[in-house]
Amino acid sequence: MPLNPLRRTLTNGIVVLAKETRTTPSVTILVGLRAGAYYDPDGREGTAALVARVLDRGTELRSASDIADELDGRGASLSVMAGRHQLTVTATCLSDDFAAIFPLVADVVRRPLFDAREVENRRSELRTAILQDEDDPGAVAVDMLMGRLYPAHRYGRRPRGTAQTVDAISREHLVEFHRTWFTPEGTTVVVVGDVDAELVVRASARAFESWNVTRFTEPSMQPVAQPTTRVAAIVPMMNKAQADIAYAVIGVRRADPDYYAGWVMNNALGQYALGGRLGDSIRERQGMAYYVYSNLDASVAEGPLMIRAGVAGPDVNRAVASIDHELTLVRDQGFTTKEIDESKRYLVGSIPRQLETDAGIAGFLLSAEFHALGIDYDERLPALIDTVTLDDANRVAYRLLDPARAAIVVAGPYRKPAEAVA
Amino acid sequence: MSVSRVELAVPVVRETVLDNGLKVLVQEVHTASLASVWCWYKVGSKDEGPGLTGVSHWVEHMNFKGTRQIPRDQVKGIIEQFGGTWNGYTWIDQTTYLETASREAIDRMLFIEAERMSACLYEPDDCESERTVIISELKGGENDPEQVLDIDVTAAAFRVHPYKHPTIGWLSDVETMSRDDLYHHYQRYYVPNNATLVIVGDVDTDEVLRRVAHHFGSIPAGRTLQRVTAIEPPQPAERRVHFRKEGTTAYWRAAYHVPAVSDADFFPMLFIDAALSGASGLNLWSGHKVPTAQRSARLYRAVVDTGLASAVGGSLMPTQDPFLYYLWATVAEGQTLRAVEDVVLGEVDRIVREGMAEAELAKVRTQLRARFVYDADSVTDIAHQLGYFETIDRWQTYTELIPRLASVTLDQVNAAARRYLTVDNRTLGWFEPCR
Repeated sequence: MPLNPLRRTLTNGIVVLAKETRTTPSVTILVGLRAGAYYDPDGREGTAALVARVLDRGTELRSASDIADELDGRGASLSVMAGRHQLTVTATCLSDDFAAIFPLVADVVRRPLFDAREVENRRSELRTAILQDEDDPGAVAVDMLMGRLYPAHRYGRRPRGTAQTVDAISREHLVEFHRTWFTPEGTTVVVVGDVDAELVVRASARAFESWNVTRFTEPSMQPVAQPTTRVAAIVPMMNKAQADIAYAVIGVRRADPDYYAGWVMNNALGQYALGGRLGDSIRERQGMAYYVYSNLDASVAEGPLMIRAGVAGPDVNRAVASIDHELTLVRDQGFTTKEIDESKRYLVGSIPRQLETDAGIAGFLLSAEFHALGIDYDERLPALIDTVTLDDANRVAYRLLDPARAAIVVAGPYRKPAEAVA
Repeated sequence: MSVSRVELAVPVVRETVLDNGLKVLVQEVHTASLASVWCWYKVGSKDEGPGLTGVSHWVEHMNFKGTRQIPRDQVKGIIEQFGGTWNGYTWIDQTTYLETASREAIDRMLFIEAERMSACLYEPDDCESERTVIISELKGGENDPEQVLDIDVTAAAFRVHPYKHPTIGWLSDVETMSRDDLYHHYQRYYVPNNATLVIVGDVDTDEVLRRVAHHFGSIPAGRTLQRVTAIEPPQPAERRVHFRKEGTTAYWRAAYHVPAVSDADFFPMLFIDAALSGASGLNLWSGHKVPTAQRSARLYRAVVDTGLASAVGGSLMPTQDPFLYYLWATVAEGQTLRAVEDVVLGEVDRIVREGMAEAELAKVRTQLRARFVYDADSVTDIAHQLGYFETIDRWQTYTELIPRLASVTLDQVNAAARRYLTVDNRTLGWFEPCR
């Protein structure tokens, strides 16, 4: 069954997407704003992350305590997340509570107070989270890898910032970030669940249509520079039991004509069944790792195609060599028809599973709206995957999977010189 | 709030028992063209003897390595070609396997589970290869100071009951166990009279039961299994675990012995957990999907809103034997474990001394009811919940959750707080980082 959501544009430009489901007596509310970490000012990385933590801690109409009581008293959940380009506000409530929770969500989006005490408490939470990341080999490896792969691009910055940049953010900076980037233009309201779609549109108009803030500036998308050499770095963490390997190349933009070929190719490389070709080699045949997989992060600009594996320190060189070998093999010989057909069948067949829950549908609709994929994207998606040919997949594999231009970071109980994996 | 809409979410389940003892639970859900099959075995890490800790988990891994009719090279893709996903997990009371895929795959899913029950191969080379994978999983866990702390707090809390050892096992056991140890464990516990098959989704109950009989009917019943008889004696005094290790962040834990799910005190304890840290639900598989509503909870206001901790929470999972109620906190940068502990234990003491009031009871009852809805928003989750409760108790405990929650009284809650949240009954854990 096609999703066929109701799509309306409010007078101030906000797009409302509503989809009725009757699976459970609950509703998912998802508001997406173009206010992610990409918009952090230089030197104040972590601003969007701190805004996300403070946003729902008091508004002009409701104190932090009022919001807590309203949510908890109804068993409703509210969370705010700062992604790379989008900041999202997500609420889950029983359908009987939609009328009470929806205006609260709108209030949080439009009228946050950024109370000074709340800012300091949440800054402390964010600094603690940064410290926790510094003790996590996986987080350390990925943060450093992004910096190496995108040395002059905003994608290379840490979304949570550092202790120094988070300390440099004042309450006024948060207010300014909100005033600049929280605007009706670029905002999408998605509601999925046991609630009438027309009622959602009326509630959205009541809650959001009086919001008129102009978006003055939009930073132009920086071009991504392709690395010309292989770079490698080691972060010895000798108190840890296992090393995390992060290995990446520059991927494709979401709008790239090769996106679907890249998606299918990545599935065959590092996802299908238990990690695709990489899983066959590193986990199944060599028994080196509990996890190994690849992920294609196609975004507004070219996000990374990143391979991750956790292995014992003595196995690091062998694991990196195996990744190099598999990538070289794919570049030289390509995938087989069977591999690409299996991945396509899997990706098409998994669509109903992804769209089973309210949260799954809401995330799908928000992504489709953000990337301007069309209201009927769910109906067109199977054919878009199906038309990928073996040649398409192999061409994009050759284009992307070049070990000579990879960035590699190893964090964990491993001290070998970087040349060992370079 | 309308009561009826939540109560309409309570599932209608058909129970059947085959001649070989296999219990089958079927629930029709026709909202999407999907079906989920879970096969549950009443065997977990509590059923492991000395030298064999981790055997249940390793056996779970081996049961993805091919069967007599599904050669190793045909495992890959067997469900993926239906757009499906498959997985499994092992915990203290249970080992379970699942497939969720389009309804057209239902016969394939049943075939896989029937093969898994009776025809896994345990090739020696595969056993050895998987040993290093499991050691990698174990070492990966050791990278996380919170996991390290949890394992030691749990081990310290139990003296007698096998809940004391981690599901993944102790490293020395994983290094030394043999292929035959694995195979004997498999042969002993993977029998229809020790299993529950759960099917939820876009299926016709009568038709799917015919297919179940076709795939599973000829598998012979196994011997009656000996069950764990160990009873953990009352903890005589407070215990403490104190790590001083390299790290960046301090973590705090408390673990109180609490009753099994079948005990009348379990449900009152859910209310106490919700009052202290917010209702976090009873779905071990995917309960994290919807964050806990906890900002007005006692501990959140006491340590997070005051800046002492960056996060706080509780965990009370239903189990077959009496297990633990955990409280946890991440100490905020610049704050101390001592300060967090003093405030958290002060709040625990307050709920014991003063009890809860009717208004708070009503609030957390609403939270628990909402979690019941959120925890079952897919065929995969509904099937999980039915199988989970059947394996540790009876599936009706799950379907009767709403009336059970409605029947809990303030007196029962306050009595449970006094009975279980005592000094002697707790084990405290500190992870103190050294730079």
